[in-house]
Amino acid sequence: MAKPMQLEVNGKRYTVQCDPETPLLSALRNELGLTGTKYGCGEGQCGACTVLLSGTPRRSCQIPVSAAAAKPIVTIEGLEKDGRLHPVQQAFLDTEAFQCAYCTSGMILSSVGLLSTNPNPSSADIVQSLQGNVCRCGTHPRIIDAVHQAAKAMRERAR
Amino acid sequence: MSAPFIKFEPEPERYEFRAGPMHHFDLARRDFFRFLGAGIAVFAVAKDSLAKQETAPTRGFHQEELPKDITAWLHVGEDGGVTAFTGKVEIGQNIRTALAQTVADELRVPFESVTMVTADTALTPFDFGTVGSRSMPTMSPQLRRVSAAARDLLVGAAAKEWNVAAEGLTAADGKVTNPATGRSLRYAELARGKTLAQNLPAEDPVTPANQWTIAGKPIPKKDGRAFVTGKHKYSPDMQRPGMLHGKVLRPPSFGATLTSFDAKAAQAMNGVVIVHDGDFIGATAANERDASKALEAIHAEWKEVPQTSSKELFSYLKQNAKAGGNDRSRRIKGSVEDGLSAAAHRLDATYTIAFIAHAPLEPRAALAEWSEGKLTVWTGSQRPFAVRDELANVFHISEDNVRVIVPDTGAAYGGKHTGDAALEAARLARAGGHPVKVVWTREEEFTWAYFRPAGVIEIKSGIAADGMVTAWEFHNYNSGMSAIETPYGVPNQHIEFHATECPLRSGSYRGLAATANFFARESHMDDLARAAQEDPLEFRLKNLSEPRLRAVLEAAAKSFGWPRKKTQEGQGFGIAGGLEKGGYVATCAEVAVDGTSGAVRVVRITTAYECGAIVNPDGLRNQVIGANIQGLGGALFEAIEFENGRITNARFSSYRVPRFRDVPEIEAVLLDRKDLPSAGAGETPIMGVAPAVGNAIFDATGTRLRSLPMVPQGLPAAKT
Repeated sequence: MAKPMQLEVNGKRYTVQCDPETPLLSALRNELGLTGTKYGCGEGQCGACTVLLSGTPRRSCQIPVSAAAAKPIVTIEGLEKDGRLHPVQQAFLDTEAFQCAYCTSGMILSSVGLLSTNPNPSSADIVQSLQGNVCRCGTHPRIIDAVHQAAKAMRERAR
Repeated sequence: MSAPFIKFEPEPERYEFRAGPMHHFDLARRDFFRFLGAGIAVFAVAKDSLAKQETAPTRGFHQEELPKDITAWLHVGEDGGVTAFTGKVEIGQNIRTALAQTVADELRVPFESVTMVTADTALTPFDFGTVGSRSMPTMSPQLRRVSAAARDLLVGAAAKEWNVAAEGLTAADGKVTNPATGRSLRYAELARGKTLAQNLPAEDPVTPANQWTIAGKPIPKKDGRAFVTGKHKYSPDMQRPGMLHGKVLRPPSFGATLTSFDAKAAQAMNGVVIVHDGDFIGATAANERDASKALEAIHAEWKEVPQTSSKELFSYLKQNAKAGGNDRSRRIKGSVEDGLSAAAHRLDATYTIAFIAHAPLEPRAALAEWSEGKLTVWTGSQRPFAVRDELANVFHISEDNVRVIVPDTGAAYGGKHTGDAALEAARLARAGGHPVKVVWTREEEFTWAYFRPAGVIEIKSGIAADGMVTAWEFHNYNSGMSAIETPYGVPNQHIEFHATECPLRSGSYRGLAATANFFARESHMDDLARAAQEDPLEFRLKNLSEPRLRAVLEAAAKSFGWPRKKTQEGQGFGIAGGLEKGGYVATCAEVAVDGTSGAVRVVRITTAYECGAIVNPDGLRNQVIGANIQGLGGALFEAIEFENGRITNARFSSYRVPRFRDVPEIEAVLLDRKDLPSAGAGETPIMGVAPAVGNAIFDATGTRLRSLPMVPQGLPAAKT
């Protein structure tokens, strides 16, 4: 049964009318029109739907919208600030770490989550934290390079 | 390619749509300037030999309509902006950027001023499809010649303006200059107030690759920022006012037919519309969840048919081979019998190839909208014009009343040639009067799409005492004819493709059967090299005269450091190569096999690729490395499993694709042949991976693996 719920997405508050069991992914895409978050598998196996929930990368296809209510959510649309790309977005763009780019939103959010807890990851750390994100075009080596480059830029900025 | 698998029974009112279109969708030439504004336009026409290649391929699809006469066009507007039109589709191969570079280079304008309009059946010229690695060898030269002709028109316009001969004038950076006077006119000024159109002249020299200034450079993807910000709208992201979500009731197994159904409970659900048409049952609702719930509430009875399983697949293919080949499926040279009897060493071996899925991360999806009898569909397809024709056929309307638009798509890999989701969305939208979006689930994608065909390959061969191959008999059952011929110089050959009954819906997959044929041939050549006690590279070169293939083998070997000495237990090195679709590839691989667990790890890959003059080295590198990583899946562990007409591993949790941990250190060596025309690169770089890895596993363990995938559960022999 549809009922109103409060969501806080990219710093804005929204009220959505939907079944509490609706996956967060559907609410973001269909109720809020935030289609940068992608459906890839519906079983939490591909990472295309990754968002930050209270700062942690989560698979939005596996989270009922009721469980995300009142927690801060960041989607790909919320990373750019005042026309300036997030360093991870900028690094993906600079290294052209995509081909079809359908996995890119999820890759970027997973990487932002990694760098928030590990500002200087090794390649093995990056592989470990992106293991659940599928890229079918085979852009993996560039994605690893992009995360290193973003980490460096963020460390320099923090200095 | 099989016909669309949903067949609608015609309803009487559909015939009304045969009464001729009320509106004309196709952009007629006379409407061209009305649409784009004044300026200068050039059209490539199909009597041009390159255009013919694009519209009339030599093999494959037979029910294509006759090509429209125009295959590419270009417009220089009054603001100096250049718009080039092509029916090609961007699917991650970066064709939008590469073609824009080509146009900018030849027209002598900045890259940023070129806009590519792609894959919209109402706006772009007819195109057969983004298939077969044809975009670079055919569309690129067409656009280059169209651009050269437009530049000539602009130079001519300047000459007229200044009342001088055109010969002495130069074109660069978006303007025409008279070196004698130092005066120049920008293209924008020259195009102003003009509606000048011209068909492509028969002969118009284009810029040779060694003089390219914008093509040949690693220019970043044209609209990369839209992808890293999530702004780009793929087909599943499209929305229209009043849009509903659609779901289709799938049969429990392939070939099952509907015997009865009861949809009363579903029909009574809030906002749900059930559509029944022949074997097709679908539901629309305000969201996907409600549409799915409605389908769950339908009681449907199906009649199922017994079917074979993946366990019996290869014997099934052999037993169900169709009798009688012909000259198109068979190549015979010399006498294999004589070659074998003259051989000092003979080898027979059988190779098998499993079905695999494309599994593009963007599943099939479409949004369909009807308005006054006209149908507009947004869908991710490699063949927008074929989808338009499918829709026109199925709904019995004129193709002029169907518009198919392909947003840049979340990949395809050969898997999106059909319009399945488009047909479903259009049928559902027609019932309720609202636009309807259908997005396939991952399970639907793994089940109701089509697969890379499975196959069995049998080889009989012989070598003489001097290590030259004397006989080569090669039979391919079902997987296909791409790269079925051997590039090696064998005097006695019998090469044959055998069509068989095929238990699953099959179609194109990146590289087609070439991956299977490369795997069998290059694995076999490796065994022959061991039998001849020769280095696998030396053995290949000795039997090979094709200079471009020799060049990539030597380039890959040099960069990899072939031959290498083993320094660790379980280490092995392999090499493989071949040519297909105008591209030449060689791959070296290093593996590490764990002696206890049997786990195989690919440590390093070096792939050399040559496809003529390189248009965008960065985009090419991305494609080559991507193909190698994707190829590791089919080489090592990807296989579709099925039983009784059901796919039993239709999820990413049970169908393993390459992930970060599977990715080796990987290098692409690109050979830039500026003296040769550009060939495609989407497919051929995938072909050397499986045999190079298999040869490396053999080198490491002495175990020859002759089935793709080779080690779905690790190396069996090592487990004992």
